Amino acid sequence: MSNLAIRSISKKIITGLAGLFLITFLVVHLGVNLTMLVPDGGETFREAAEFMRTNPVIKIVEPVLFAAFIIHIIIGIVLKIQNWMARPNRYSVSNKAYTYWMSKYMFHTGIVVLIFLIIHLINFYFIRLGLLEPSNVMSDEHDFYNQAIMLFRDPLYSVIYLVAFVFLAVHLNHAFQSFFQTIGANHSKYTPVIKVIGTIYSLVISIGFAIIPIYFLFFYE
Amino acid sequence: MTKLDAKIPEGPLAKKWTRFRNTCKLVNPANKRKLDIIVVGTGLGGASAAASLAELGYNVKVFCYQDSPRRAHSIAAQGGINATKNYPNDGDSIYRLFYDTIKGGDYRSREANVYRLAEVSSNIIDQAVAQGVPFAREYGGLLDNRSFGGAQVSRTFYAKGQTGQQLLLGAYGSLNRQVHQGKVKVYARRDMLDIVLHQGKARGIITRNLITGEIERHTAHAVVLATGGYGNVYFLSTYAMGANGSPAWKAYKKGAYFANPAFVQIHPTCMPVKGEHQSKLTLMSESLRNDGRIWVPKKKEDAEKLRKGEISPNDLGEEERDYYLERRYPAFGNLVPRDVASRAAKERCDNGFGVGTGQAVYLDFRDAINRMGKEAVEAKYGNLFEIYKKINDENPYEVPMKIFPATHYTMGGLWVDYHLQTTVPGLFAVGEVNFSDHGANRLGASALMQGLADGYFVLPYTLSNYLSDELHTPRLTTKEKEFDEVEEQINERLEKLMNIKGSQTVDAIHKRLGHIMWDHVGMSRTKESLEEALKMLPELRKEFWNDVKIPGHQHGVNPELMKAGWVADFLELGELIARDALQREESCGGHFRQEYQTEEGEALRRDDEYSFVGAWEYKGDDQKPEMHKEDIVYEVTERKTRSYK
Amino acid sequence: MKIKLKIWRQENATAKGKFVKYQLDDVSPDSSFLEMLDELNQDLIQKDDDPVVFDHDCREGICGTCGLYINGRAHGPQKGSATCQLHMRSFKDGDTITVEPWRAKAFPVIKDLMVDRSAFDRIMVSGGYISINAGSAPEANNMPVRKENADMAFDAATCIGCGACVAACPNASAMLFVGAKISHLALLPQGQPEAEERVLEMVNQMDLEGFGNCSNNYSCEAECPKEISVGNIARMNAQFFGAKLKSGKK
Repeated sequence: MSNLAIRSISKKIITGLAGLFLITFLVVHLGVNLTMLVPDGGETFREAAEFMRTNPVIKIVEPVLFAAFIIHIIIGIVLKIQNWMARPNRYSVSNKAYTYWMSKYMFHTGIVVLIFLIIHLINFYFIRLGLLEPSNVMSDEHDFYNQAIMLFRDPLYSVIYLVAFVFLAVHLNHAFQSFFQTIGANHSKYTPVIKVIGTIYSLVISIGFAIIPIYFLFFYE
Repeated sequence: MTKLDAKIPEGPLAKKWTRFRNTCKLVNPANKRKLDIIVVGTGLGGASAAASLAELGYNVKVFCYQDSPRRAHSIAAQGGINATKNYPNDGDSIYRLFYDTIKGGDYRSREANVYRLAEVSSNIIDQAVAQGVPFAREYGGLLDNRSFGGAQVSRTFYAKGQTGQQLLLGAYGSLNRQVHQGKVKVYARRDMLDIVLHQGKARGIITRNLITGEIERHTAHAVVLATGGYGNVYFLSTYAMGANGSPAWKAYKKGAYFANPAFVQIHPTCMPVKGEHQSKLTLMSESLRNDGRIWVPKKKEDAEKLRKGEISPNDLGEEERDYYLERRYPAFGNLVPRDVASRAAKERCDNGFGVGTGQAVYLDFRDAINRMGKEAVEAKYGNLFEIYKKINDENPYEVPMKIFPATHYTMGGLWVDYHLQTTVPGLFAVGEVNFSDHGANRLGASALMQGLADGYFVLPYTLSNYLSDELHTPRLTTKEKEFDEVEEQINERLEKLMNIKGSQTVDAIHKRLGHIMWDHVGMSRTKESLEEALKMLPELRKEFWNDVKIPGHQHGVNPELMKAGWVADFLELGELIARDALQREESCGGHFRQEYQTEEGEALRRDDEYSFVGAWEYKGDDQKPEMHKEDIVYEVTERKTRSYK
Repeated sequence: MKIKLKIWRQENATAKGKFVKYQLDDVSPDSSFLEMLDELNQDLIQKDDDPVVFDHDCREGICGTCGLYINGRAHGPQKGSATCQLHMRSFKDGDTITVEPWRAKAFPVIKDLMVDRSAFDRIMVSGGYISINAGSAPEANNMPVRKENADMAFDAATCIGCGACVAACPNASAMLFVGAKISHLALLPQGQPEAEERVLEMVNQMDLEGFGNCSNNYSCEAECPKEISVGNIARMNAQFFGAKLKSGKK
């Protein structure tokens, strides 16, 4: 039986690889989204979105992306349950070792990001799929650009998004360097560099995404 | 009086071991499967013996009191292991290692055993390297060597200050491989309580399971003791807390002779005692003496100021320091053998030159740091300096270390012949628990060598030779009446201990035993001190049996009961040490009798009368033991006054 | 100095444990943590109380027998040392010290502060060795080893098997221990022939023992008395990945 089980390290590596895919996806996603900032009434953005929607490569990648999300989430939860089971009796004094606090909360930040993801999918993706009706249509034509404007003019949504990006930043910051450790790349010279790149990456992604709600909330006329 | 037969093979010294191997009896593979061996102890000797015997095909059961075989105290050996590879091309050879060991042991060890030890030393290095022991290497990728006390060549292989750990992990690996293959079964957390003889041969042991408290019986065709030394009789020592002399003592009471118990090594470089709360002493590797310089102040006034903390050792200039080892022994300087260095430190402290609490001398790296640079010193000794800093809260890079001698090793132990067999047939002893190779003083980096030599390369031959006559001996069941008898005695003793319900803890009595031993049977002994000890020890023993207080009960986890058993045996063993020390009216190696010294205060050996092994036979609890002599006959070695000047 | 203690007492593996408070009024700052416990036990025995059971042996930080979780730190507050090397001068007069056993499913409590770490032995038995019979070794210097690798192998091999990595890990993972053991042999040419089977077998056994997974938290490295690097976990991951790709059968 034991030979059929997926070993601990395999699970980690699979989670990491799925995570790496998501890391790459975020860059693309951010790139497309930032075109919203072009002051042409969303034209550039619509073009970019249209390109993404019709490009055959993206069409193929899309299910893979969903699979990556699901694998990352499911294995993450399985690992966490196993980890809880590995210490049935907790310490009365919690651990005070000097370590990266972020790593202890990967599950928690992950859950917050997951909840955000669901909200985000409801807000945007499910509409595209036709699962949900766009509510409160401002313009004649529904598109993501208008949807974004509508959403982010509402301070509640903007705050939800901004808070989620903070959690995403924390999650990504640890995730980036963690991926390299998991696949076996730990080096006295390169690991510190990787950690810095990871921090820069997580800041760029989260700040990049954060600019959009801030822009629509405060600066969009 | 029994004549002790050491069974040394005929022929010239250099050919004896080869001759033995060529002529010893063997057991064929099919028969090996029918033979069981018990090994008690999992240090270098025990683990290597158990692994090697299992590799040959015997069924092996291994016992240790620790929670894992990997924790045996060989793991704490720091400095290194000697071997005659002669990689540095500095003139080393089997003969030289043999000679250094005999000389270092002050001409009280057996030539044939020591020569064999030197012969197989090279094989140990090969074996360890093949097991993945990460010895220190040079930039070319080949093995590095360093020098050690008592030798003028560099023949010591090392893995920083953790050589024992690395070698033990190697042996533990070999043991694990046999566990994996089903040839070895490990019984951890077991305290060996007695040996069972059947028709005069050692055929089993009885243990106490330290978790459940159950008394368990085990049978075999031969029993190997690899249980280490008895230095904890001094309470404070560099031994592990659990190191005990009980298995050897049980063997003694079952008829194995106990040889040279008075030969106890006091190691010169340990961290000094700080107070009564102290439970053990920590060794600083002897290798520190390669680059560190030992000194005390020249003037007593300065020593007193240092003790009071009025001045710092760094305030004293070169001319105010007495590098007493370099002064007294210019040829070897700080690298004199351990017994010499220890006594010299005691002499300085007894005369009022001690620093710290008065029972300490300096080991100074100032010159080494100036000469080699701090980084080089750190690379060589960094981990040792760290240990020192942790325990003493002083930085040895800035302030000289304080050191003082402490009990470290026992050269004495169960008498064994060339086959490592005790006087009880079928009962073998390997490593520190036997007496055979180190004479009156052991050289640094030789204990690891002996443990592994015995286990990997000697016992597999000699035990097979014994077992070849046991092919028709059927396996015993644990139902034999001998087991019943021994178990009954064990239960009686345990109940007796539990029912004393006195007022003193085991540790309290152990500490008092330690004080008696250190003060009267320690580094420097006199007829009076020994006779005094022989009066005090029986009294203390009586006190123990009337007044010891053991909490809890016999079943389940009870460390106090376990310790009580050990201390009860130490109380008897201490007496045998004193008796042997009294009998030996000479100074040699670790045994120094004040009456027998030269005008310069050096040890005065009396070869004409004391060139023998004193092997003590148990005669009953109320009887004095009887000493048998094994004459030490040297065919090759010329006895000289040991001089390191 | 005065010390207040809150110590986990548990009669046996199945009993429910609880904290019991003790006080010591005259502790020498020079005594080690374990010597302080010795002193407590002497008091308890004199008062006909049950002494606190804890594992210890060499008391010089190398055998790996001792291991207490002190105020939320495996082996206590001093970096790079085992419990036995911790001295009372690391605490302040009047401090309350909470002492717990290592807590992990794979390390069940035997009594009080004593735990069963035989899981580590079983992992080692599953493959943590090089197969070589006594007597069959080639000449030691026939195979040069790059000094850098030998030194790294040594650093990994200094693991004392105390279990602090498991105790400190938020997931009770044993990967620093197993990673160190695998790295030690994987870094040496002697360890190569069995490298793949070794990593697969040891990781397999590690999982069977019920240890948690690594989440790259690095508490293990922070609390390891021998300061063994998490680089060894990375090396194990890579070894495992490689072996898995090649083996195909598992």
